[in-house]
Amino acid sequence: MRIYRTTRNSVRALRRNIMRSILTTLGIVIGVAAVIVIMEVGNGTSAQMQKRIASLGANNLQVIPGSAMTGGINYGAGSSMTLTPQDCDAIIRDCTAVRGAAPLVRANGTVVYGNNNTLPATIWGTTADYLAVRQWDLDEGLSFTDQDVRNAGNVCLLGLTTVAQLFGREDPIGKEVRLANVNLRVVGVLGRKGANMFGQDQDDVLIAPWRTIKFRINASGQTSPQPQYTQNSTATISNATVNSLANLYPNTAPQLYPAQSPTQQADTPQPVRFTTVNQIICAAGSTAEVHLAIDQISDLLRERHHLRNDQDDDFTIRDMTEVVNVFASNAKTMAILLLIVACVSLVVGGVGIMNIMLVSVTERTREIGLRMAVGARARDILVQFLLEAIMLCLAGGAIGIVFGRSISMGVEHFMHWPIAVSFVAIAISVIVSASVGLIFGFYPAWKASNLDPIEALRYE
Amino acid sequence: MEFIRLVKLTKTYHLGEMDVPVLKGVSMKVDKGEMVALMGVSGSGKSTLMNILGCLDHPTSGQYFLEGQEISRLTANERAMIRNRKIGFVFQSFNLLARTSALENVMMPLAYTAGHLSDKETRRRAIEVLTRVGLGDRMDHEPSQLSGGQQQRVAIARALVNKPPLLFADEPTGNLDSRTSEEILAMFQQLNEQEGITIILVTHDATVAGHARRAIRIRDGLIEAGAYTGSEDDLVGAAGGEAVP
Repeated sequence: MRIYRTTRNSVRALRRNIMRSILTTLGIVIGVAAVIVIMEVGNGTSAQMQKRIASLGANNLQVIPGSAMTGGINYGAGSSMTLTPQDCDAIIRDCTAVRGAAPLVRANGTVVYGNNNTLPATIWGTTADYLAVRQWDLDEGLSFTDQDVRNAGNVCLLGLTTVAQLFGREDPIGKEVRLANVNLRVVGVLGRKGANMFGQDQDDVLIAPWRTIKFRINASGQTSPQPQYTQNSTATISNATVNSLANLYPNTAPQLYPAQSPTQQADTPQPVRFTTVNQIICAAGSTAEVHLAIDQISDLLRERHHLRNDQDDDFTIRDMTEVVNVFASNAKTMAILLLIVACVSLVVGGVGIMNIMLVSVTERTREIGLRMAVGARARDILVQFLLEAIMLCLAGGAIGIVFGRSISMGVEHFMHWPIAVSFVAIAISVIVSASVGLIFGFYPAWKASNLDPIEALRYE
Repeated sequence: MEFIRLVKLTKTYHLGEMDVPVLKGVSMKVDKGEMVALMGVSGSGKSTLMNILGCLDHPTSGQYFLEGQEISRLTANERAMIRNRKIGFVFQSFNLLARTSALENVMMPLAYTAGHLSDKETRRRAIEVLTRVGLGDRMDHEPSQLSGGQQQRVAIARALVNKPPLLFADEPTGNLDSRTSEEILAMFQQLNEQEGITIILVTHDATVAGHARRAIRIRDGLIEAGAYTGSEDDLVGAAGGEAVP
């Protein structure tokens, strides 16, 4: 009851000097608004920086098969064939810290269009997810589809450098280019990515569905038992009418040995050769999640590859440690900068409140004396002035939040700057404005409560 | 019935190295329901005595009994409680809160004590006292919209709202013209006679003091005359003894 009446006293006192109250509040309004604008615009900028750095591949992880050893000779990382497209699917399914993953199959070869030809720096077979993993947009056309990947469709995407060398000014979309005697229809042109950090032109690229690369283009070097048999048994009665895949892989190597009959084949089973990929590229959800993603992928692959505890990994995971570290320290610097600026503006607001409260105490000395004369205890006066300061700060905080939000929305709307709504900033500014009121309101309130009622009543 | 009793009360201010004795041993008595004037020229110690009587200040030595309770050694907070419950103040300069209605000015002291009263009840009480001082139709007016006499009446209503047994009026007519002064003083007399409120008028004006039944004259920190009512024995026995430094 008593505190309720004191609160009402404070409200009335503030209302009595409404102009002064508004001016006092202005300090905190500006302080809180500044904090929110700085935090939101800062966070937005920070998020944009993160996105840009991520598009360099900072969040990307490369999973590479381990090294193969034959007769004591190490063939180097990537030489063993242990990664499968199913591994990639499992990573997408099970690793929570991974935003996306795509298998990669490498190929080499000259790409021909009309009387132009070029040798792209990289030819990748992958899935449609690859572009999302690399955060790579298309300039023109569309990406190939999951269906193209399943069916080993004859489609491809070209990088800008490749397009320039093959087509000049011609529009490449819908045209067919030839790679290792396979016709691929160009369905899309990739956006400009520029050189990577090692100076390699990333736009000098051809991307196609991985089955296309694996089975149509690279197939010449590999033997796949089933097609081999069927293709070479076209003459045999049993399979003559069955195989529709016969023409799908035109580059199968010429057969050196006579085809086996089904009986022979059943007698001498060949080891089943599962499809492998050269690499799986993954994107962690954020830079902070890179290490978690590495752990998750590593656990998953060890399990899928049936590795015992005492066995080494049969794969390697590479991350962009250097870039990630730079980014982490960058973000930290940014956060500290924002914090300092925010604190300064709040302290300025707080000092403003203290000044006005001190003026108010001096101006209302007689009122304080009177209140004491009619029976207010020192504590009542202290509480009243503290409440006044806190209410000013909270009101200022509330107005500041609205004000700050509108400014940052204005910034977003008119200047097209990215902003990120920061509930942390809002919470902090409310808490801080209340504590600023408490801290900077305390001295004037204490001063008021320590006045001698006689002196105060006589004060002119 | 004895209401206030001072016994050899002294007050000394310390100004740097120097001790300035303002009250040099004051003994006096006021009965319940009396209306006395406290008179003296400025510098006589009149204001200091009033501050001590009004529980705004504490004496350096001596005793002060208010309704039999020794209050010269109370803490500041305890004195605040006494002021709130037992004493009403009326000042020369009214001391009303600016830009606040008469009604809210009157309700102000209740905020510090009347925790047990509902808002409605405090309001009712404030309206009641305002009506009693003749301002029932001016309750929503702010001090700037009221004349000096009306402002002083609001101040009186404020002093009365807690139903104190003791009312202090410090030069209550100092800022008023003579006709209004008469009205205000008549109101004090009426309060004293009808409600039995003990009133102490602090003034240097003999005309004002004439409205009181007894005048206590103070000079150079000592009571010159009128310290005791009733029997002459008291006067001689106590005041006479004290009067000689």
